[in-house]
Amino acid sequence: MSSSTRASGSPEPGAPGAPPEAPTEARPARARALGRLRRSRLALVGLAIVGLTAVVGLVAPLFVTADPVAMDFGALLKGPSRAHPLGTDQFGRDVLARLVWGARLSVSIGAAAVALALAVGVPIGALSGYAGGIVDNVLMRCMDALLAFPALLLALGLVAIMGPGSTSTMLAIGIVYTPGVARLTRGVVLAERPQEYVQAAHALGQRDGWVLLRHIMPNCVSALLVQASVNFANAMVIEAGLSFLGIGTPPPTASWGLMLNEARAFMSSALHVAIVPGVAISLAVLGWNLLGDGLRDALDPRLTD
Amino acid sequence: MTSGVLTYLGGRLLGAIPMLFLMSLVVFAVVYLIPGDPVDAMLGQDAEQSARDALRRELGLDRPLWRQYVGWLGRVAQGDLGRSIRAQQPVRDLIAEKLPATLLLTTSAAVIALLIAFPAGIVAAVKRNTFVDLLAMVGALLGVSIPSFWSGIMLIIVFALTLGWLPAMGYVRPSTDPLAALRHLILPALTLGSVMAGSVTRQVRAQLLQELSRDYVRTARSKGLWEPVVVVGHALRNSLIPAVTVLGVQFSVLLGGAVITEQIFAWPGVGQLAVNAIVNRDYPVLQGVILTVALLVTLVNLAVDTLYVVLDPRLRIS
Repeated sequence: MSSSTRASGSPEPGAPGAPPEAPTEARPARARALGRLRRSRLALVGLAIVGLTAVVGLVAPLFVTADPVAMDFGALLKGPSRAHPLGTDQFGRDVLARLVWGARLSVSIGAAAVALALAVGVPIGALSGYAGGIVDNVLMRCMDALLAFPALLLALGLVAIMGPGSTSTMLAIGIVYTPGVARLTRGVVLAERPQEYVQAAHALGQRDGWVLLRHIMPNCVSALLVQASVNFANAMVIEAGLSFLGIGTPPPTASWGLMLNEARAFMSSALHVAIVPGVAISLAVLGWNLLGDGLRDALDPRLTD
Repeated sequence: MTSGVLTYLGGRLLGAIPMLFLMSLVVFAVVYLIPGDPVDAMLGQDAEQSARDALRRELGLDRPLWRQYVGWLGRVAQGDLGRSIRAQQPVRDLIAEKLPATLLLTTSAAVIALLIAFPAGIVAAVKRNTFVDLLAMVGALLGVSIPSFWSGIMLIIVFALTLGWLPAMGYVRPSTDPLAALRHLILPALTLGSVMAGSVTRQVRAQLLQELSRDYVRTARSKGLWEPVVVVGHALRNSLIPAVTVLGVQFSVLLGGAVITEQIFAWPGVGQLAVNAIVNRDYPVLQGVILTVALLVTLVNLAVDTLYVVLDPRLRIS
C-alpha cells in the first residue's frame, strides 16, 4: 500500500464549503507573469484561429468568388497568382476556394460530432460510475465493445453502412467518440465516489442525483474539456482522414483530406498543393487545442495561481 | 495484494465474454448492414443467375439472418474467418501475413511516443511556467495538431525526396535485412507516434500538476522529503492512473492511425488490407480485419485495466 493515497483527511479543494486554497508557496513573480502571459496569449491565439475558421467557413460563399469545383485545364498546378492567390490544383481548380469550402465542412462536422459524443457519453459515464453494479457492467461492456474498434476503422464501417456524405460522417464520428467520453467520465466519478466529501454529502441526507450533479460532476469538467478539445481536433482529423483514404467526402467536393490525398501524386513538382491544406487543418486543430487548454486553466480551480 | 489483482483479473476475463459477444454483433452488423447486394458488388450487375446463386449459397446469404450469424460466429470461434472473394485465399492467412508489419509499426510508434512523452511531461510539470515547459507544450501541441497524413507527406518530402536520407515508402522484413528494415521503419513510426507522443505528454503534465497541488504533496514536501521522491514516488504514481487509461485508448488510436500511415508509406499491413477490402467490397476480409484488430484492442484494454488496479489499490476493494 502506498502512503500517498489522496483521501487523507483534509477536504478536497473542490469540496463544498472549502474555501479556494490560497497559494502557500510564494512563486517568483516572473514565473507567475510568464504563466499568465502564456495562458492568456495562447488561449487568445486559439480563440482567434477557431473564430477565423468558423467565420471563414460560414461566409465562404461571400468571401471567395471562385468556384471550388470549376476546372481550368489551361492553368494546372500553377503557383500563387493574382487570379488564384493560393495557386491551382491538378485540375486547375482554385486552391483558396477549395480551402475555404473545406473549412465549412471540417468545422461543421467537428462541432456536431463532439456535441453528439458529449450529449450521449457524459450521462452514460456518470450513471455507470455512480450506480456501479449491473448498470455499470452493462453500460461499460457496451462502451468497451465500441471502444475496442479503433476510431478510424469504426468510422469507416459506420460510414460504409450509412453511405458517404457529411451527415453520416458526422454521426459516425460522434458515435466513435462517445465511449471515450463515457469512460473518462466514469473514471473520474469512480475516483471521486469514495472521497470523504461525497460521504459527507450523503451523510447530510443529500440525494444521489444531487450529489452526483453538484459535487462529483464538477470534478469531471476539466478532464472533459481537455477531452472535448482533443476530440474536436480528432473529429476534424478523422473527417479529413476518411476523405484522404477516398472513403469519406466524395470528390469533387472540397475537403482538406481529399486535397491532401490528391496532392500526394504531385508532391515533388507542386509543393503548394500539399502544403496549403495541411497547414489549414493543422492550424484549425491547433486552434481548438489551444482554446481547450485556455478553458481548462480558466475553469479548473486546482490549477489556478 | 496479488490475490486481489488475480480476483479482479478473473472477474474482468469473465466480463470480457459478453463484451466479445457484443463486439461480434457489431462486426457482423457492420458488414451485414452495408447497403447494396454484396453479390452484385462482387460479381457485377450482369453476372449469370447460376453464378449469383452459387455465391449466395457459398456466403450463406440464402439463410435466415440469425442462422447466418450463428454459423459465422461458430466458424470464427474455430479460427475460420472465411475466404477472401478477391484473393481466393483464407482470410486468416491474409491477416496472418499482414499483421506482423502492422504490429511492428504500432509498437515502434508507441515506444517512440512513450520515450518522448514521459520525460517531456514530467519535466514540463516540474518546471512549470519556464521556457522548458513552454517548449515541451508547444511541441506536444504540434504533435497532436498535425495529422499523420500531413506530417507523413512532409517527412517524405524533407527526408526522402529532398535530403535522400531515408526511403520514401515500402517495407522490408526485419528477418531479411534488419538495417534496411529499420531505415524503412523510421518515417512511418515517427509519423504514427507523433500524435500519441503529444497527447500523452499533455496528459502526463496535466495529471502530474493536479497531483502536485494536493495536500499529501505539501505534507511530503514539508517533512523534508527529497523533491524527486515527492514527484516520482508520490505524485507521479497517482497521476499514472488517468495516464494509463489513456494508454488503452491510445493503442486503439495507433491501430486506427496505422490505416492511414500504411496508406501513405505503402506499408503492407492489415490497415491497407482493410482499405482495399472496402474498395473491393471484399466483405469477409473487412470483417476479419475489424474483428482481429478489435480482439487485439480488447486484450490490451484488459492488460490496462489490470495495471489500473495494480496502480490504484483503492479500486481493489470495491
